[in-house]
Amino acid sequence: MKKLLLATAAGALLAGAASAEEIKLGVIMGFTGPIESLTPAMAAGGELAMKEVSESGKLLGGSTVVPVRGDSTCVDAGAATAAAERLITSDGVKGIVGADCSGVTGAILSNVAMPNGVVMISPSATSPALSNAEDNGVFFRTSPSDARQGQVMADVLMEKGFKSAAITYTNNDYGKGLADSIAAAFKEKGGEVTAVTAHEDGKADYSAEVGALASAGGDILIVAGYVDQGGPGIIRAALDTGAFDTFALPDGMIGAALEANFGDEIEGSVGTVPGGEATNTDMIVKMIMSDSYDSSGPYIGESYDAAALIMLAMQAAGSSDPQVYKDKVMDVANAPGEKINTGELAKGLEILAAGGEIDYVGATAVELIGGGEAAGGYREIVIEGGKITTAQFR
Amino acid sequence: MDFLNAIVALSNFVLIPAIAYGSQLALGALGVTLIYGILRFSNFAHGDTMAFGAMIAVMVTWWFQSMGLNFGPLPTALLALPFAILGTMVLVLITDRMVYKFYREQKAKPVILVIVSMGVMFIMNGLVRFIIGPNDQKFADGERFIISVRDFKAMTGLKEGLAIKTTQGITVVVAVICVALLFWFLNRTRTGKSMRAYSDNEDLALLSGINPERVVMYTWLIVAALATTAGVLYGLDKSFKPFVYFQLLLPIFASAIVGGLGSPVGAIAGGFVIAFSEVTITYAWKKVLVYLMPESLEPDGLVQLLSTDYKFAVSFVILIVVLLFKPTGLFKGKSV
Repeated sequence: MKKLLLATAAGALLAGAASAEEIKLGVIMGFTGPIESLTPAMAAGGELAMKEVSESGKLLGGSTVVPVRGDSTCVDAGAATAAAERLITSDGVKGIVGADCSGVTGAILSNVAMPNGVVMISPSATSPALSNAEDNGVFFRTSPSDARQGQVMADVLMEKGFKSAAITYTNNDYGKGLADSIAAAFKEKGGEVTAVTAHEDGKADYSAEVGALASAGGDILIVAGYVDQGGPGIIRAALDTGAFDTFALPDGMIGAALEANFGDEIEGSVGTVPGGEATNTDMIVKMIMSDSYDSSGPYIGESYDAAALIMLAMQAAGSSDPQVYKDKVMDVANAPGEKINTGELAKGLEILAAGGEIDYVGATAVELIGGGEAAGGYREIVIEGGKITTAQFR
Repeated sequence: MDFLNAIVALSNFVLIPAIAYGSQLALGALGVTLIYGILRFSNFAHGDTMAFGAMIAVMVTWWFQSMGLNFGPLPTALLALPFAILGTMVLVLITDRMVYKFYREQKAKPVILVIVSMGVMFIMNGLVRFIIGPNDQKFADGERFIISVRDFKAMTGLKEGLAIKTTQGITVVVAVICVALLFWFLNRTRTGKSMRAYSDNEDLALLSGINPERVVMYTWLIVAALATTAGVLYGLDKSFKPFVYFQLLLPIFASAIVGGLGSPVGAIAGGFVIAFSEVTITYAWKKVLVYLMPESLEPDGLVQLLSTDYKFAVSFVILIVVLLFKPTGLFKGKSV
């Protein structure tokens, strides 16, 4: 709210400038719901980029950017669609930073953003299904698809010499998508997938699930679950029955709770977490630091980058019309051109205004590939001496 | 050697877990069946009574742990069990005085009492979550294994490992002791006999001078002890989470009904029937079969009849089959 007031005040001051307009950008995130503790910081990250651009006074001859928030709820597609509808039809936003969770992002894209032709850049929707979603070129994301994580995981397993694996996933869009992509990538590289089974979160006992997986066999068990939910239960049951003693753990399973629960019992297990070597969110985190929310969460840099890309594309196209600037998003994100880091948005706007080209790097080393999603760096981790340690970046 | 491997794999993934789970269900079903036999209604609050008892055990365990008190290789929760049983006894007696007694004096129909017990269930459910929260709580300590997979493999040189968790061993031992005590009490003591008499024929029992309020009170005390023991054992063996006990209600009722409502022997048999069916039907038999079959006949698939997600469906199906063909249950209980 404070940011909003600030931005509005800044907008009022600059309103007199010639040909300048007040551009509204939507920020649609799950401010209520299962990830409500993460979203305030993400939204603040996106709004920081807007403030930076507004204050520079260099966007489209001094235009200002005002964020308008909407609640995606993360899980309720109906509510998310209604929120997006309101932003576009009544607030008249020219672009959307969001949404956050994969399910609602797909719903907003197909029901609101695409029919209205509004550009939408999601910082955190990772479902592979969104790669092939019909979008008329209006949808991008600054986070990598889980299809990419599947390949990275398959590479890691192959290099470590695991030739066969059983997979269990948490029974939702995230788990299913991730498990499928890991299985496909692993098979392609010549690995054998012995079983792919779902597990429900929140059960007391996973020995039956583990019994089935043990029967299928394999060198390693891939657990595509959540570290605060069923994942540790699966690992515990597998260790107790001696079914598996090494595990492959995608992003949802990597957390401090893993070290606390198992320590060196899962020695030699491997994992992958999004985040390249070049990731630099420190500056953003410092700027948005607040007592009222937790700013150590993920996807803050991605949110900043999503907002920045929208505004830089507007500048490159010389228009805030989504139908015009949507074609410029890929241009400003990728080479060739001058590299633009966080805090250098003004410099980027200047170069673009002068007709030059930029290659936006930002907080997360943005590189958009395919239909407009981040190529995505991953950190390969390994459990050594009971601690999560970084092996290398991929 | 292959034959031995098959047996070990079967024990590790089917027999041992099913025996432990069966014992927990049997203890739970005994409580349900006693209430049904003597107070004549299906007590839906039983799962949450277990949760309440286990919750007290968890908190007393934490208190003991903070004082540095422990039970050597055995879990501290066993020391906390008597306190938890006392706490639960107080709770169920208060519930009986405040709620059930009123309906008993009205001579309310059993179906009304069932609905009343659902109300009690929601209150207890809320109470437990209010006190300890809805999340997983850890309270198991002591030695984790009687035999761990690694030791077993080193000892026998077999390819398959066998693990027996301490909690599984304790579950079976405690269940046997509880059942023995219960049967001794019901068959040998005066109070036990009066309980059985009351269960068989209420009016005759009244005529012969049995005090119904005393019988009811003893029933609740025994049920509290059984429920708490079942709850603590389940929590130790698996994990303590309030919602899980609510879900346990289905297999527990299935056990009691399959065995014959009102029949203690039936409750025990029913518990094991349900546990073994759930585990064997959802187990993937590939591993065992690969050891037993000649190479040409080895299965390619997992040989899993139903996915593990259908575990509860198995209890339902058995329940329906028994009600259709033998409504009084395996051991001639009361028909539902």
